[in-house]
Amino acid sequence: MKVSLEWLKQLVEIKEKAEDLAETLTRGGIEVGSVENLDKGLEKVVVGEIKELSKHPDADKLWICQVSLGTEMVTIVCGAQNLRIGDKVPVARDGACLPNGMAIKTAPLRGVVSEGMLCSAGELLLDDSLGDPRSEGGILILAPEAPAGQDLAAFLGLQDSVLDLELYPNRPDCLAMVNVAREVSFLSGEKLNLPEWADLEKKPPLPLAQSPAVVIDEPELCWRYAGLIVEDVKIAPSPQWMQRRLRAAGVRPISNIVDITNYCMLELGQPLHAFDHDKISGSIHVRRAYAGEKMLTLDGVERELEPEMLLIADEQQPLALAGVMGGLDSEITEATKRIFIEAAHFAGYSIRRTSRKLGLRSEASNRFEKGVNPYGVVATLNRVCELVVEMGVGRPLALADETRFLPPLLKLDLSAEHTSRLFGVEVTKDEVCRVLDKLAFPYQEKGEDLQVEIPSYRSDLQIEVDLIEEVARSIGYDKIPTTLPRGAQTQGSRTPEQEFRAQLRRVLIRAGLDEVLTYAFIHPESNREWGSLTQTVTIINPLREDLKVMRTSLISGLLDVAARNIARRNTDLSIFEIGNVYLASEQPLVNLPQESPRVAGIAIGKSKRHWLSPVISYDFYYMKGIVDEIAREFGLAFSYEVPPVQDLLHPGRSANIFLQQVPVGYIGEIHPAKGKTRGLERAVIFELDLVQILDNLGTGKRIQSIPKFPAVSRDFAVVVPTETSAAAVMAKIRLLGGKLLQQTDIFDVYTGKPIPDDRKSLAFTLRYQSLERTLTDEEVNSLNAQILLGIQQEFAAEWRK
Amino acid sequence: MLKDEVRRIEEETLQNLKAVTSLEELQELKVKVLGKKGTFTALLRQMGKLSAEERPVFGQIVNEARDRLEKAWAEQAACLEEAALLKQLESERLDITLPGYSFPRGHQHPLTRVIEEIETIFLGMGFQIVEGPEIETDYYNFEALNLPKDHPAREMQDSFYITEEILLRTQTSPVQIRTMEKLCPQLPVKIIAPGKVYRNDDDATHSPMFHQVEGLVVDRGICMSDLKGTLLNFSRQMFGPAREIRLRPSFFPFTEPSAEVDVSCMLCGGEGCRICKNSGWIEILGSGMVHPRVLEMGGYDPREVSGFAFGMGVERIAMLKYGIDDMRLLFENDMRFLQQF
Repeated sequence: MKVSLEWLKQLVEIKEKAEDLAETLTRGGIEVGSVENLDKGLEKVVVGEIKELSKHPDADKLWICQVSLGTEMVTIVCGAQNLRIGDKVPVARDGACLPNGMAIKTAPLRGVVSEGMLCSAGELLLDDSLGDPRSEGGILILAPEAPAGQDLAAFLGLQDSVLDLELYPNRPDCLAMVNVAREVSFLSGEKLNLPEWADLEKKPPLPLAQSPAVVIDEPELCWRYAGLIVEDVKIAPSPQWMQRRLRAAGVRPISNIVDITNYCMLELGQPLHAFDHDKISGSIHVRRAYAGEKMLTLDGVERELEPEMLLIADEQQPLALAGVMGGLDSEITEATKRIFIEAAHFAGYSIRRTSRKLGLRSEASNRFEKGVNPYGVVATLNRVCELVVEMGVGRPLALADETRFLPPLLKLDLSAEHTSRLFGVEVTKDEVCRVLDKLAFPYQEKGEDLQVEIPSYRSDLQIEVDLIEEVARSIGYDKIPTTLPRGAQTQGSRTPEQEFRAQLRRVLIRAGLDEVLTYAFIHPESNREWGSLTQTVTIINPLREDLKVMRTSLISGLLDVAARNIARRNTDLSIFEIGNVYLASEQPLVNLPQESPRVAGIAIGKSKRHWLSPVISYDFYYMKGIVDEIAREFGLAFSYEVPPVQDLLHPGRSANIFLQQVPVGYIGEIHPAKGKTRGLERAVIFELDLVQILDNLGTGKRIQSIPKFPAVSRDFAVVVPTETSAAAVMAKIRLLGGKLLQQTDIFDVYTGKPIPDDRKSLAFTLRYQSLERTLTDEEVNSLNAQILLGIQQEFAAEWRK
Repeated sequence: MLKDEVRRIEEETLQNLKAVTSLEELQELKVKVLGKKGTFTALLRQMGKLSAEERPVFGQIVNEARDRLEKAWAEQAACLEEAALLKQLESERLDITLPGYSFPRGHQHPLTRVIEEIETIFLGMGFQIVEGPEIETDYYNFEALNLPKDHPAREMQDSFYITEEILLRTQTSPVQIRTMEKLCPQLPVKIIAPGKVYRNDDDATHSPMFHQVEGLVVDRGICMSDLKGTLLNFSRQMFGPAREIRLRPSFFPFTEPSAEVDVSCMLCGGEGCRICKNSGWIEILGSGMVHPRVLEMGGYDPREVSGFAFGMGVERIAMLKYGIDDMRLLFENDMRFLQQF
């Protein structure tokens, strides 16, 4: 809601500057988004009168103008072609800085010194309609009565400030100047000067209309419908003062009748619509559209109507989309003689649906959506009536008023004790009474409480606590002290899952991975590729088509991050994300989908070069090391299996990961064919389902005592067929080693000469130890030899001496 | 004379000692003089030729000479050792300006970092951390929060819908209701609920997915001053001990009275600067006393208990804390951005 300070001052006393008033309102809960000074940039722009016009000697298209500024004459060179001697025009003088940012200086133009500039409406960011029709495409030509030498801002009434109120949905009352004035008075303590017409009890002194008759067919959607009939209408422009105020409020002046309806809406919050009375045939019906019904709206568009849309119609055809837009047929024109000005209540949700559906929004529909006061309908028509007479627009003839429902007026009990208890600071009954006085709400004592009558325009006040908020706003939130809750002591805590995720995050960061956060919605294609199409949750109204479904895997988001970074030449990266995937259990969704936490990572490129440390290539074994790190941290025994052939991962460089025989994830190099298309060759990824892991978390570490007897180590290397897995050999060693074999590690893997092509060498170090005694060399050698023999037999291995 | 011979050897050896430049040479000389076949040892062997009277005298002379030699040796050895150590130290000089070993270290995303920081502060104040679903029913996201269908306040939030009744939650507030339903009639309820929320909006200050932390306290006798005290405590831990807060009346359907909370600008301390748009104050969260209808929806009797609730945007706090001016940076995941944290 744009509020002109000049206008507001007519309704309430204001001593503060615009900026200070804005602060008072904002601190009081009516947020002022901005304060605009309408004369900004017009400080050195004055009204000038063209006295002489002559052609520039050296330029065909330029004019040399002698311009009177009242007490002095200036010479200005001008390129516009719409000037005549005697025209009143805006003159930007030396030093002016126009609203569009242009700086004006005295300077020669083709040899003739120009002492300023004549301005167009555009250069002043003013509305074209301010001037003579000849202004179009040239200099703004002001009304002939403009006094030469006067500041343009003063002449146009622009020495005004406009406060832009950003209203919360509970305060639609402040979409009316009178209620803004009430709020200003309440918060600043200044005197309210509301004119008589602001009284909602007022009625126009007119007889009830005989025709048209008003029939409300949908009393749920329309509680009240009233109309003012005016005859002998003379359509003309409205007076300057009204145009000025409309412009300040962001409404474009059109004609006296339309301007009056807009002006009264701004004053009292009640939207109005004027019909050409002679185009109405028979009675007026407030009804829903018929199936397949069409109407031509004011903007010249033929609209298909739907049965849920509320219409104003006569006996023949629709006249208007209630509260949203009028029809072209019943529009008032230059030729209109009799008008019917509608003031009605329509249900907000109905208007909202219609305006959404048709994409039509206006000051009127905005007010209906947020709720208008059905008690103010006729009072607004009374104000219209006053202005019609005052401005000589026509002769008010009669009033129609069909009321089907008025919400009961509320009386609320307000207790000073409840107020004190809610604030945490003592508020006396007297203080509460003072607040009610400032609000000008009638009240009476009712025992210890006060019984407060809520005016019809404050529909936001429904229960006692709403009134308590009014008290808080008035005495100021600053008066509330600071305390801490006093009740029983509580222990702060995280759930095991939260602890787990936090620890997992620390492990991965410690291992060198960077954390990323990606959108939970992704391209539908990504779910087909990396997740599950059947479990996909689809958004009906996505931001964009590529953000249309909820992810069923974290991988595609990470691939996008990697691809984007590589495109920006961040070629080496190793990242992870912890987050939910969303799995629907049926289509279409009936129950909430399962939200399942996962961790996933991707790495591509190499570690940073460093003069001491070798560069690590981010490959399968790097990523497996990361997964091992997770296993170590949480005491998990992952097992790996070669996956069935698939086209996402490299068949020779990928594995499915299991925990207690349950699949929990996978790891691998992206399939070269896939990687290539996204510039992600050799990228390695992993993804783990955290739900499974959480269910199988180790029960905590048990520490072994340090053995008393020394350990003995033996190393050996064996040559095995390439396809033999290290894990299989290792398992056999452990089996054969029995209790005395404390630890087995693989310390070298070698292929190449002199090992045959289809074989590889695996080197192991074995640590033997007994908890009861010192082992003898003979014992160890014999056990070691047995192991060696065992694996030679099992794997067709050869001892590499 | 043997006596003269002792003196000669002693003097000659002392001379030679001075010329010795290394510990190895020193050892060689020692063997040559005092070793089994050394010159001095040879002299001692000749002692047998002496008379019984002469022997003790000669023995004393020899012993004294040997003591002097040993001492000279020790001195020279110390001298040489020191020189050798100096030499070693000289040769072992490193360029201490070269960087040390590099241990890999990842970077935590600023948003999870800020969430953890917020959690830690509220854990310290005895809050439980709870979570709720990101895909919610219309009931929990709106209706139970005093936002019936067709309430104009639903307009404040543009929602992503899955079906007519299921949507991506637009706020973490539904967790208020879920928690109360679960805990009722237990008191006190004292929780924060961090998580992702979604609104159909995308520009420099809005992201279609962002994070909120919701707070809820319900107990007997909870008042607005408790809300103020709790949030002051939080703001000082989060933004520095010199911070002040102020409450401004506001509107949320699920709180009454409602308040917007501003914190004194952490950049200028309240003097006014670009960040706080010269006001000295920065809006950080929305809050209020739990609406009686919301308490009822959660199963509590508003005549018995009261509560306060608050909700803050994690992105906004991260942007303030790290001086980030475009929210989209937080979700672009550019390594050059992330690796600064």
